[in-house]
Amino acid sequence: MDLTFSDDELAFRDEFRSWLAENPPPPDPGDVGDDARNAWRGAWQRQLYEGGWAAPNWPNEYGGRGATLTQSAIYFEEIGRARVPLPANVLGILLGGPTLMVWGTDEQKERYLTPILSAEEIWCQGFSEPDAGSDLASLKTRAVKDGDDWLVTGQKVWTSGAQYAKWCMLVARTDPDAPKHKGLTYFLMDMEQDEVQVRPLRQITGEAEFNELFIEDARIPDENVIGGVGNGWKVALTTLMNERAGLGFTLQIRLRQILDDVIAAAAERDKLDDPRIADEIAELNARCEAIRLMAWKGLTDTERYGQPGPEGSLVKWLWSETNQRVTQLAADVVGAEALTAGTGWSYELLRARGNTIEGGTTEILKNIVAERVLGLPRLKAAA
Amino acid sequence: MDFGYTDDQREIQRTARDLLADRASPERVRENAEAGRHDDDLWKELSELGWPGIAVAEEHGGQGLGTVELAILSEELGRTVAPVPFVPSAMAAAIISAAGSDEQRARWLPGLASGELVGAVGTAQDGVAGLVPSGADAGVVVLVEGDGMRVLARTEAEVEPLQAIDPTRPAARITASPGSGEPLPGDTDAGLQRALVALSAELVGVCSRALDMTVDYVKERKQFGTPVGAFQAVSHRCAQMLLETEIARATTAEAAWTADAEPQRLAQCAAQAKATASDAGRTVTASAIQAHGGIGFTWEADVHWLYKRAQVDAALLGGAKEHRARLARIVGERAAVGAPA
Repeated sequence: MDLTFSDDELAFRDEFRSWLAENPPPPDPGDVGDDARNAWRGAWQRQLYEGGWAAPNWPNEYGGRGATLTQSAIYFEEIGRARVPLPANVLGILLGGPTLMVWGTDEQKERYLTPILSAEEIWCQGFSEPDAGSDLASLKTRAVKDGDDWLVTGQKVWTSGAQYAKWCMLVARTDPDAPKHKGLTYFLMDMEQDEVQVRPLRQITGEAEFNELFIEDARIPDENVIGGVGNGWKVALTTLMNERAGLGFTLQIRLRQILDDVIAAAAERDKLDDPRIADEIAELNARCEAIRLMAWKGLTDTERYGQPGPEGSLVKWLWSETNQRVTQLAADVVGAEALTAGTGWSYELLRARGNTIEGGTTEILKNIVAERVLGLPRLKAAA
Repeated sequence: MDFGYTDDQREIQRTARDLLADRASPERVRENAEAGRHDDDLWKELSELGWPGIAVAEEHGGQGLGTVELAILSEELGRTVAPVPFVPSAMAAAIISAAGSDEQRARWLPGLASGELVGAVGTAQDGVAGLVPSGADAGVVVLVEGDGMRVLARTEAEVEPLQAIDPTRPAARITASPGSGEPLPGDTDAGLQRALVALSAELVGVCSRALDMTVDYVKERKQFGTPVGAFQAVSHRCAQMLLETEIARATTAEAAWTADAEPQRLAQCAAQAKATASDAGRTVTASAIQAHGGIGFTWEADVHWLYKRAQVDAALLGGAKEHRARLARIVGERAAVGAPA
C-alpha cells in the first residue's frame, strides 16, 4: 500500500501545474451569453492544444502524451484545482476520440482526430431520446439506406453543446426487425445541415446546457458509419465506458472545493460550533474523502490488474448524492443567498439535482451494483 | 498510488481467512457464544501463531509489523465474529506501546504479545467503565478518562462480569478507585488512534460478512415465484450495504496506512474511519436482519451475532457522532488557518 504519487507522477503533476500557472485561460468573460462563453472556452482549448495539453490521455501518435490512467486522473484533478474550464470539446476528447481509436478506420482517424484536439470541430453526443433514457437500446431514431448515403429521421435529447457542434455521435436503428440491441448503427452526423434542428432545452437552473435535436431526413454518407452497420450497441458501449473516465476526477475536486467553501462560510458565520452543522460537515468530509479514495482505488486497480473493481458505479452514486447534500447544507449555512436566483450557491443547489440522473441514474447504478457486483438475479422486465 | 497489499500482507490475509473458516466456523462461534465464553483453544492457537503481537515491537516479543497488518487480522476476525479477545488485547497493546513509559511497556507488552495476558480497553467516567468487551478475562485494563488514560492490573480494579448483547467477548463492568493503577504518560492520542483503526477494521469485516450472508440468502429465498434478491426493494438495499461497507473500508484502509506512513494525518483519518465504520456497522448489519426477513429475527440464524458485535464495537471508544464532532473540530481548525482539508 502506498497512497502517495510516484516521483514520475509528481513530475507530471508539477509540469502541468506550472504550465497552468504560466498559461492561464483568458479572463472569464462573465455573463455575456452562451456564444461568447463558448468562444472563450474554444480559445482556452486552442491554448491547451498549442501547449500540448488538450488531451494528455491520447496516444502520442494522435497528438496526446500517452499519459497513464493515473497521469490522466492527475490532469483532471489539476484542471479542477486550478478552477479553469474544461476544454470546449470535452465530449470529442473524452468520448469521440477514444471511440474512433477503437472502432474507426485509418481514414476516419486521419480525418477527425486532430480537429477534435484543436477545437476546430466540436462534437456532441446523440444517444438519449424522449422515450429511450435508461433503456437506451429501445431508441427509435431510424436510418435507411439511400444510395451511398443514409437518411436519418428521429429525435434526440440531452445533447449538450449541439448548437456549436460540427459532428454528432449518433446511434440510430438501421434494422427494425432485429432484436433491439442488434439493429443499431453508430454514425457521425454532420450537424451543419437544415435537416437537423437544434432547440435549446431550458433546465431548472434557467440556463440551457442541453438541447433537443429534431432530425428529418438528414443525410449521412456511408463512410461515416463507425464500427460497421448493426454494430452500434457495442460501439456505443465503448463511448459510454469512457463517459466517466477522467472527468470524475475534476468533479471530485470541485466537490471538495464546494465543501471547503461551505466550511469557510460556516466558520465566517460562527456556525462551526453548531453541533448540527458540525455533524453534517464532518460526515460530508468523510464521504468526500471516501470518494477520493475509492476513485483512486478503482483507477489504480484497473491500471494494475486490468480489471476495474466495483468502485466505478459506487463512486458516481456516492459523488452525486454527496454533491446534493453539500449544496443543500450550503443553504442551511449561508441562508438567503443560497436561495437567491443568480448566486453561485443557488446555481450549485439546483444544478446538483441533475447529478443523480445524468450519466446513469442512481436507480440504474444500484441495479448495476446489485447485478454485476453482487451477482443478484435480474428482475424480468415487464413486457 | 497503490491500494493493494504487499505479497506478505496478502499472505497474512489468506492464511487468516483459511484458518478462521475452519476454526471459527458458525457452529463453533455459536457454541462459544451460547456458553458466554472466549474460545480458549482458538486463542491459544492464534497466540502460538503470533497474532496478538503482530504490531508489538520485537523487543517486547512481538512481530514488529505495522497497523496495516493489524487491520488485516482485525478485519478477518470481524468477518467470523471469532470469540477471541484479539481486538481488545491489540488495542491495549497499541495504546501501551504509544503512551506507556519504558517500564510500563516492559511490564505489559510481552504478555499481551504472547497472548498469555488478555488486555481490554474501555471508556470510563468517574472511574467506571460500564461495558468493557473481553473485560471478564482481562489481566490488564486500559481506561480512557477524559483526556488521560491509565493502565491497571486486574487486581487493581473491580471487575464485575456482565452479559453484553454480544456474548462472543465476555464483558465486564470495571471500576477503578481514584489513584489506582498508573497514568500513561506518553502520546495517548497516537495510541487511541491506532486502537480506533483496529476497531474500525473489525467493523469492516463484520459488514462485509453481513453483506455476503445477505446476498447468499436473497438469491436462494423465493417468494412470488422468484428469488427475493431480484426485487429492487431488496437488491437496492444490498447495493446500499455494499456502498456503506466500501466507504468504511476506504477510510479505514487510509487510516491504517497513515498510522504507519503519515502519522501527522492520523488524527483526522482515525476519526473518519471510526465514524464511517460505526455507522456502516449499525446500518449494514441491521439491513442484513431486515433482508433475511423473519428468519433474520430468529436466534437460529447467525446474522444476529454480527449485529450484536457491530453494536458493541460501534459504541466502543466513541460512536460515529462523537468522532464526527472530533473531525469537525480538526476540519474547522484547518479552515481557520486557510489550509486545505
